[in-house]
Amino acid sequence: MEALKEELKNKIITTLNLEDITIEDIADNDPLFGDGLGLDSIDALELIVILDKDYGIKLVDPKEGKSIFQSIETMAAYISANRTK
Amino acid sequence: MTQNKTNIQSYIKIENNEIVLNGTSVFKIEPTDFADFAKQAYRNFEMQYPKFFKMDALSKLAFLGSELLLSPITSTEQENNIALVLANKSSSLDTDVKYQESISDKDNYFPSPAVFVYTLPNICLGEISIRHQLKSENSFFIFDAFNSEFLFNYSGILLNTNKADSVLCGWVEFYNDKYKAFLCIISKEENEKYINETINTLYNK
Repeated sequence: MEALKEELKNKIITTLNLEDITIEDIADNDPLFGDGLGLDSIDALELIVILDKDYGIKLVDPKEGKSIFQSIETMAAYISANRTK
Repeated sequence: MTQNKTNIQSYIKIENNEIVLNGTSVFKIEPTDFADFAKQAYRNFEMQYPKFFKMDALSKLAFLGSELLLSPITSTEQENNIALVLANKSSSLDTDVKYQESISDKDNYFPSPAVFVYTLPNICLGEISIRHQLKSENSFFIFDAFNSEFLFNYSGILLNTNKADSVLCGWVEFYNDKYKAFLCIISKEENEKYINETINTLYNK
């Protein structure tokens, strides 16, 4: 699980072009949106693409994203339980 | 009042790894690609706007130019009615091609929303407006070549009809890592510094 969390941090930094952020800056329970990393709605769509492309998870209901993308911790837990690749 | 001459207040040119502001080179680096040039320029001027890194190349080019021209004006509390009138030749083709490549393989079909949102040239106007809190007129035009007469006439209409107090107009062209930006601010007030200049003479300097 720790390896997956680090992998997710790297993917988020790279895919979302978070230029001044390092993986050390992202705590597992930091909110990804709002006061945390400050991601926006387009970033949320990119996270959905990451789930699909890298872990074979298709989100049928985008509203699910709200709980899945709360933090690295929640993302990693969801991916571990649902990944197909 | 009829706007029959160009009252240029300030201008900027960005090309060949260099930024020239009001005739003075303010940033120049060794030849590199645009992504690196843009990043170095952003850091050099300490722009403090992380969203910059999410923009496509055309928006970064327009952002860099407008930032140096508009920041001295929009950093005050006062609301500004500065219209934006930009043009280029390649529209958003550079990003369009990247996006098309991401959807060309049916077996590897993962279109990027972050790329898709830049598949229109006028998105760069939105980026500038958001950054400087402008709620003004804005338009983006596509021409085969730089068309100073059109920019002058269109900006003049905006000024003469009081649609804007000043206009940021110019050319922002980016395709396949070739780029050129020329932006200027024009208004009704005369500026003795550029009294004998026109959009065309400054563009060609």
